[in-house]
Amino acid sequence: MAAHLSYGRVNLNILREAARKELREFLDKCAGSKAIVWDEYLTGPFGLIAQYSLLKEHEVEKMFTLKAGRVPSADVKNIIFFVRPRLELMDIIAENVMSEDKLQPPREFHILFVPRRSLLCEQRLKEQGVLNSFTNIDEYILDLIPYDGDLLSMESESAFRECYLENDQTSLYHTAKGLMTLQALYGTIPQIFGKGECARHVANMMLRMKREFAGSQNQILPVFDTLLLLDRNVDLLTPLATQLTYEGLIDEIYGITNGYVKLPPEKFAQKKPGEGGKDLPTEPKKLQLNSAEELYAEIRDKNFNAVGAALSKKAKIISAAFEERHNAKTVGEIKQFVSQLPHMQAARNSLANHTSIAELIKDITTSEDFFENLTVEQEFMTGVDTDKVNTYIEDSIAQKDPLIKILRLVCMQSVCNNGLKQKVLDHYKREILQTYGYEHLLTLNNLEKVGLLKPQLTTRNNYPTIRKTLKLWMEDANEQNPNDISYVYSGYAPLSVRLTQLLARPGWRSIEEVLKMLPGPHFEERQQLPTGLHKKRQQGENRTTLVFFLGGVTYAEIAALRFLSQMEDGGTEYVIATTKLLNGTSWIKSLMDRPEAQIL
Amino acid sequence: MKESKRAVNSILVDDDDDDDDVEKVSWSGEPIGSISWSVKETASSFRSSGEQSFPKIDTAPSLPKQGSGYSLSSLFKAKSKPFQSFSESFTDTSTRAYAPELRKPKSECKDYMSDWSPEETVRRMRKGRAYSLERFRSLQDKLLLLDEAVSLHDGNVITAVLIYLKRSLSKEILFRELMVREVALRHYVHYLKEMGEQKLLVELMKALGRTEDMALMQYKEHLNIKDEGRRRDFLKSCLSLPFSQDDAMHVQDHYTLLERQIIIEANDKRGEAEIFRKYPRKASILNMPLITTLYYSCFYHYGEPEGTFSSPANIRKTFRISEKQYILTALGARAKLKSWFDVDSLFNTKNWLGYTKKRSPIGFHRVVDILQKNNAPAQVLQEYVNLIDDPELRLSLAQKYKCHDIVIDTYKDLKDRQQLIVYQGKVERGSHEDRKIEELINNMQIRWKN
Repeated sequence: MAAHLSYGRVNLNILREAARKELREFLDKCAGSKAIVWDEYLTGPFGLIAQYSLLKEHEVEKMFTLKAGRVPSADVKNIIFFVRPRLELMDIIAENVMSEDKLQPPREFHILFVPRRSLLCEQRLKEQGVLNSFTNIDEYILDLIPYDGDLLSMESESAFRECYLENDQTSLYHTAKGLMTLQALYGTIPQIFGKGECARHVANMMLRMKREFAGSQNQILPVFDTLLLLDRNVDLLTPLATQLTYEGLIDEIYGITNGYVKLPPEKFAQKKPGEGGKDLPTEPKKLQLNSAEELYAEIRDKNFNAVGAALSKKAKIISAAFEERHNAKTVGEIKQFVSQLPHMQAARNSLANHTSIAELIKDITTSEDFFENLTVEQEFMTGVDTDKVNTYIEDSIAQKDPLIKILRLVCMQSVCNNGLKQKVLDHYKREILQTYGYEHLLTLNNLEKVGLLKPQLTTRNNYPTIRKTLKLWMEDANEQNPNDISYVYSGYAPLSVRLTQLLARPGWRSIEEVLKMLPGPHFEERQQLPTGLHKKRQQGENRTTLVFFLGGVTYAEIAALRFLSQMEDGGTEYVIATTKLLNGTSWIKSLMDRPEAQIL
Repeated sequence: MKESKRAVNSILVDDDDDDDDVEKVSWSGEPIGSISWSVKETASSFRSSGEQSFPKIDTAPSLPKQGSGYSLSSLFKAKSKPFQSFSESFTDTSTRAYAPELRKPKSECKDYMSDWSPEETVRRMRKGRAYSLERFRSLQDKLLLLDEAVSLHDGNVITAVLIYLKRSLSKEILFRELMVREVALRHYVHYLKEMGEQKLLVELMKALGRTEDMALMQYKEHLNIKDEGRRRDFLKSCLSLPFSQDDAMHVQDHYTLLERQIIIEANDKRGEAEIFRKYPRKASILNMPLITTLYYSCFYHYGEPEGTFSSPANIRKTFRISEKQYILTALGARAKLKSWFDVDSLFNTKNWLGYTKKRSPIGFHRVVDILQKNNAPAQVLQEYVNLIDDPELRLSLAQKYKCHDIVIDTYKDLKDRQQLIVYQGKVERGSHEDRKIEELINNMQIRWKN
């Protein structure tokens, strides 16, 4: 089921197995038949760890969603609440427990907090007078969830907001904890590099935690050679740009959550002969997206302009394979053909799905508005007219385009100009407040606090220097057969990934000046390995680097890192971890003080 | 892409059995056996078994989805308190005693009795074991405990200690100590925010000298007030807060706007004027953005004298709306009503000789765009297409909206005989346009460029 997790350079299935083992252990603690009451939010992440079958094996007979009122009567011995540690959920649980039917045989209650138990929540349950009703209160530490063979995420939606706006470093603590767990399974990571305040903070916590465990030495041969911790605010530009890879566009347009995407169903209705008048389905089509699907693994990281060709090529191969049946003459040949059928049918379905998705996306990428928006983004990223009020933004406001779109563009202009001239900033602010409502004053203030929007304090704009030194803009980006990471944004090379690339070769010493222009300290730490665990590298063997994006990472950045991993003379393979998989829209939304208002 | 689609379809047709997929997938696309699928499944089978009914599982989720529960902000997401609770005194801690207390059975008590050090206590808290904070009585002990918690970076523990300090120290002392403890301070601020302890928070911000933050924080409260009258009064009370200069102006506008909307709403709700009968209002104007309000005013109250609160002129002046924004909005509203005369007068200016001339702060191509979207008649459209300065733009829009005369005249002005000949092929043979082109291309007086 999760075989795709073990195909990568690092077998992430080990992490998943560890999580499953812990889950089984907890379930066995509650002896007898059980029903699970789910905090609905958790079903997504848990789905990546375990299937219903695993729960069933451990006598889970019913599952419900956590709701106010009474837990439905189910003939089980145990009721287990799987919840996030949030106060309002505690109130619902208390209500559930108190309205339990006294006439029925008593059931035992348990709580499993994910990812951490909370003193406050337990206090709340006590206040509600139900704390003693629970036989077990436990925590299920789920910090880093394996999403794919080379990808881990904490799926902590608000991590960026907390770290950079509210100065709450709890998610960094969980990050450090997650990295400790990872090291327990995959060995101590000998080298740690970092850039940014949060990176420094996480590294400090890791080193401290390691000192605390000084007694027990980790005897596992290190799998990772290097850990690179990167603050999202070192590179505020990249998530603002529209991602142009296949997977990136799916996320930009439809949003990928926990590895699933919901799509408009029209294109997926299978037309079969004789069923012409059948009604079209109205529920969105839900598809799982990961590298277990061969075709998806092949095209997800391509620039969208190269996807059409890849799909046609695949179509020819599959057609040819189906044609083979006419050549099958002997019983043996037919038998062999038949044995391949399931695989071929899966491939054909996969092709049909992705052709439909590609068509949906193409309708959008070929629209005038998409083109104009992209043109403005590219002008900003290349430094054209970033110091003036942009007419496209003005027109978009006048047309009441979605506020998030406007904010993405204005922030991008600000970042590419190292702040906006006071007059320009005031103009945008006034137009936004007048058109979308004065309450967005709060959101604009938030954007200023995290540095996405700011007045230009000095006349010196260092963005051009950064752009030139790091080669963030490549005129001749090759979308079909890329030779540089800039293909993921059709010209713009994501700053974060450029830093990663330069760290591997020739090293950060070569870009000291630029590093100083970016926020936060950069540093290097070493962790001592017990003797005997030093890796003896084979000639030509690649290094493995874990890149941790604190505050989120986009699919296009992931694509760029995968591209670097696959480069023949790259010398480094990357595994990616983050607090959250994000895109410009979900990111800005997390910083808004009243996101629902943007639907206006 | 087309090719692959075709290939896919061709394969689909000559294969009729696609049900034995490797993995079974329900229509929603989730593999059968996945957790969220099973939650639905077990619940619905339960329902159909005819036992006591349970609220449908597949209705809109009742739980907030944002936030993932990994951190402080999600740990303490209490229902935000309504505005009234401002008056609630911060000293009123007795009702909300959050001091962590013993939960574990007595057997563990012995174990913790032996070690009272801050290190051990904090460690126990982190591991979810029994502990007691009451033992830390002196200020010095309490601060040691806090520092120890901070050094562990576990937000859960830090907050638990802070709650104990909040309960057992005077706020002056607590604030003073927090000022030199940046991390603890952040956690405390966050905790107060999540618990909705607005009043204490404001005091803290004041003590810290973070007055602008305090002002914004207070202003944010208006979002929780539903009743428009109370919301207006609240916004009025915000006017004296120490905002930055710009923000102060925006908050003032916010207040004035809502005040204005309440007056307009009271009058228009009755809907007595004819325009309201002809075009009934779809929603109230309360809490709408300024530009929406201006649009509304241009739609229902156009032509009212400037002295009236609901008149476009008054709104424009009060809120210093730019000419550009005003023209755009008024144009949209009048075009929607098909008042082409009003549209016309929006752009009319008289020069000193008394001649009227059309002038626009927005490009005429955008005017055309808006008119076209409102199904303006060809004649009106043509007039504005003709006003577009840039010949290229004029040509392309004229062609798009079939304003033949303008196309012909523009080519004539550009002295582009070739294009004129090409265009002749697009107009009806023998029509007025056809003849006009014919005349032009045969006119030897014009010095064609080609």
